[in-house]
Amino acid sequence: MAIAQETIESVGQATDKYKYGFITEIEMDRAPKGLSEDTIRFISAKKEEPEWLLEWRLKAYRHWLTMKEPTWARVGYPPIDYQDSYYYSAPKSDADRPKSLDEIDPKLLETYEKLGIPLKEQEVLAGVRNVAIDAVFDSVSVATTFKDRLEKDGVIFCSISEAVKKHPELVKKYIGSVVPYSDNFFATLNSAVFTDGSFCYIPKGVRCPMELSTYFRINASETGQFERTLIIADEGSYVSYLEGCTAPQRDENQLHAAVVELVALDDAEIKYSTVQNWYPGDEEGVGGIYNFVTKRGVCEKRAKISWTQVETGSAITWKYPSCILKGDDSVGEFFSIAITNNRQQADTGTKMLHIGKNTRSRIIAKGISAGKSQSTYRGQVRINAMAEGANNYTKCDNLLIVDQCRVHPLPYIESKNRSARVEHEATTSKISDDQLFYCLQRGIPQEDALTLIVNGFCREVLQELPMEFAVEAQKLVGISLEGSVG
Amino acid sequence: MSILSIKNLHAEVDGKEILKGIDLEIGAGEIHAIMGPNGSGKSTLSYTLAGREGYKVTKGEVRYQGKDLLEMLPEERAQAGVFLAFQYPVEIPGVPTVTFLKQAMNSVRKARGEKQLDAFEFKKLMDARLKELNIVNDMVRRALNTGFSGGEKKRMEVLQMALLEPTLAILDETDSGLDIDALKTVADGVNALRGADRSMLVITHYQRLLDYIVPDHVHVLFEGRIVRSGDKSLALELEEKGYTDITGAAA
Ligand SMILES: Nc1ncnc2c1ncn2[C@@H]1O[C@H](COP(=O)(O)OP(=O)(O)OP(=O)(O)O)[C@@H](O)[C@H]1O
Ligand SMILES: [Mg+2]
Repeated sequence: MAIAQETIESVGQATDKYKYGFITEIEMDRAPKGLSEDTIRFISAKKEEPEWLLEWRLKAYRHWLTMKEPTWARVGYPPIDYQDSYYYSAPKSDADRPKSLDEIDPKLLETYEKLGIPLKEQEVLAGVRNVAIDAVFDSVSVATTFKDRLEKDGVIFCSISEAVKKHPELVKKYIGSVVPYSDNFFATLNSAVFTDGSFCYIPKGVRCPMELSTYFRINASETGQFERTLIIADEGSYVSYLEGCTAPQRDENQLHAAVVELVALDDAEIKYSTVQNWYPGDEEGVGGIYNFVTKRGVCEKRAKISWTQVETGSAITWKYPSCILKGDDSVGEFFSIAITNNRQQADTGTKMLHIGKNTRSRIIAKGISAGKSQSTYRGQVRINAMAEGANNYTKCDNLLIVDQCRVHPLPYIESKNRSARVEHEATTSKISDDQLFYCLQRGIPQEDALTLIVNGFCREVLQELPMEFAVEAQKLVGISLEGSVG
Repeated sequence: MSILSIKNLHAEVDGKEILKGIDLEIGAGEIHAIMGPNGSGKSTLSYTLAGREGYKVTKGEVRYQGKDLLEMLPEERAQAGVFLAFQYPVEIPGVPTVTFLKQAMNSVRKARGEKQLDAFEFKKLMDARLKELNIVNDMVRRALNTGFSGGEKKRMEVLQMALLEPTLAILDETDSGLDIDALKTVADGVNALRGADRSMLVITHYQRLLDYIVPDHVHVLFEGRIVRSGDKSLALELEEKGYTDITGAAA
């Protein structure tokens, strides 16, 4: 039948479908291959870091040497040779670090343009997005826009390397305060070798006047990316932050092990959104990013942290954005869409740790699986004995596009307080032929119909994204599922 | 000119033959009604014409505007102007009705090489139709058919038909489950679409609908075959005598 033919053709083209798969030819400055104390000293020296930070890195590295790679996640991959990778790679022109956007290598600007991220502020202003952007290319932050505008309100938004130099007291106080250097294998590795990332500080009572956003791009080959993001929302402040990521199409696997720490002080609110679109590998599972990420936030009294994620990329995703609800009346939220296609594997979910009284958390996770992919939702809700009146609601829905893919919902709920209330719902369903045919009968082609139905399925989560990115995310849903129905 | 020409159509579902040799000619601008007892194959005929997967044609041919309809993909049939108002419209949670309608409309327009409508142009068109069909604006903001009452779903089918302006509309029991007033609005909607270049195949159990939508021909489908055809008076006769008389006479 013609539909089957069409599907074969579109699957055939699927390798070309990753539109971010280009490579930029730029001269690179690299650390020698492999991981050792020397590598760490090299990175730290390149970044002209203070002694305490180098010491912290080394402490992490020495601890890492004693750790074992975790195996509990439902993902499979050949052993990673940590000596066969570069840990620092920066565009050469960074030697005389760009002072303004005009000094940035035009090739780099072009790259970001190709990604649809205008870095020139006038272009941003001309466009629809009112967003300040920090662009991280391989190991370094290359540009941060709208700095002056933000400074007026006292908002600090810069790369973490710059923050180490200009605001050492803030960095020293909070780095590792939410995700300690000894936290887990990948976070510890990150603590030892992190190269760049974003830093934000929102002062007391300030509502950040625009969306803040970081775009991560891995370009260099055989290079791991280890960025570290630290966001501090001081008392009564508000910030909405978005990260996006892409990488070129390569047939090797590249490691990405990031750490994100969020600190929401009393009455503060942080909304953290992710659109993760690292290269997923081809349909046979060759290449793609290994994405091992630790994200965690701590909420003080009446503070609120919302994680929203749209995960469509990476060969392997291992990620559990979490909230420590420490202060009384604090709120944690997790809204997630995880799409896996072909041979992708995702083990993702969240942890909500209720410590304070009357803490509330809400989890809405939507998994969409196609091809021969594996998807696991791993959610943990823990209510401590002191957390009087704590309350959690979890809803976990899975949608299968074909029969060969696998989904595994694994909710763990542990309550040590009798007054706490937990509610859990889960569904797994196959995409409905009735719905597909209904769309076809209205003239909507197969792939568009699928996108429409899946976007409907994800609506509760999509509407949590900032407006500017919701549209982008909806398109991404379609692109990720191309060639998946037959 | 013939819009739809069905010759000796046989079709099976899950290996079971349901349509057992159907012949039907529908000319431009004509309205044909199909009546028949439950399970006689009326919906099967409409799905087969719309190209639903699993409805396998084993014999016969169907030409639509001179082209081989059975060769076309379901979405191509729709884009070419074949519209099916479903007996049981499908709910699509999370998809706002207005989003769905606009996408359907633009998909059809794209296939025909017509200009895409922007949100504003589309809304203008839709609002006019909503008014004609007495549909409250509120409904199109909700997820498509989700939680709609039976009657609301049927009205939504007619709204879609009015927007897509098909050449051949197949209405599968669009009158079932409607209250008297709704039935009139729906019939008015259908009649407003009536024209020299639009043909309809109206499936119904009730002759009452045919008082409002007056058909040119009436056919009786029984066990996968058309066993009798006639004019409007056949519907009246059926109402009076029931199916047993007619099908009995045919057997
Ligand atoms: N998947 C299937 N497998 C076997 N038989 C089927 C299948 N689908 C439909 N049928 C049968 O085909 C016959 C025709 O069904 P159809 O829905 O076309 O009837 P209908 O004339 O539309 O009836 P109604 O007036 O109740 O709507 C019925 O006997 C039905 O049980
Ligand atoms: Mg029927």
